[in-house]
Amino acid sequence: MSELHISISAQPIFSWQNFEFTNSMLVTVLVSIFLVALAISGKRWLNRVHKPRWVLLMQTLVESFYMFVISITPQHATKFFPLVATIFLFVLFGSWAGLLPGAESIGLKTSHGFVPLLRGATADINTTLALAIFAIVSVQIFGYKHRGMRYFKKFLDFSNPINLFVGFLELISEFSRMISFAFRLFGNIFAGEVLLAVIAFLVPLLASLPFLGLEIFVGFIQALVFSTLTLVFINIATSEHQ
Amino acid sequence: MENDAVVGMTIAIGGIGPAVAVGLIVAKALEAIGRNPEAAAKVQTIMILGVAFAEAIAIYSLVVALILKFV
Repeated sequence: MSELHISISAQPIFSWQNFEFTNSMLVTVLVSIFLVALAISGKRWLNRVHKPRWVLLMQTLVESFYMFVISITPQHATKFFPLVATIFLFVLFGSWAGLLPGAESIGLKTSHGFVPLLRGATADINTTLALAIFAIVSVQIFGYKHRGMRYFKKFLDFSNPINLFVGFLELISEFSRMISFAFRLFGNIFAGEVLLAVIAFLVPLLASLPFLGLEIFVGFIQALVFSTLTLVFINIATSEHQ
Repeated sequence: MENDAVVGMTIAIGGIGPAVAVGLIVAKALEAIGRNPEAAAKVQTIMILGVAFAEAIAIYSLVVALILKFV
């Protein structure tokens, strides 16, 4: 009986001196190239009258997401939309890339044993932590851009001891948001991959199909949750009301 | 064997809270939709967000369980 292959961390495909290039990093790069290529080739058609179907589809999807952003932040939607949509698309395709046939099953035989060549980009804690840090730092930058130094008064307020303590709690809550972002995404996507591996191990044929559908849904929901939360945090940070 | 019991208990106990939470969230959302069916789409979006939050707690214990199991 073959061994059930589950690895909680991304495995290195090759290493160059101390730098290890993991399978998740490969998928991250591939997803980025795919999204950039899609955007560039779609942009050429924007001002034409007759567009191919896939461009229309892309426009519809982007516009419906834009409408969603408007429903949350009616005033500043144009400023926040690019960041939030980028996070959404990257997380979405990063999660879905791990579900493609061949991911986790096609691989290399190295000295550490079998190493799959492709692994979902967001099924690696490093990717999700990097995304979380990026999201939280952009929240701070947006807060500073909209409110100036008054934004940082939230963290350091010497007007009275209670406000000083509240500022300390605010600082901690920023870090807990970051950690919760990273673990929520990693946990959901990695748990999905474990679920698929276990089901495929128990029943090799057909049984994993409904779970594959579930994982497509989970990937979408997690991308939506990640981007919506970023948007909500930016919205809170930029609003003047205290 | 003992490690397996700990792993099982981690996810079993960690799953209780989120299970209750998801049940409550969906029950309240259904109640709201029942009272005001026009608002179904809006309630659904917020409900899914809330469910994802509640589910995240279960996912944390799942991550801990997986780390205990495979690392």
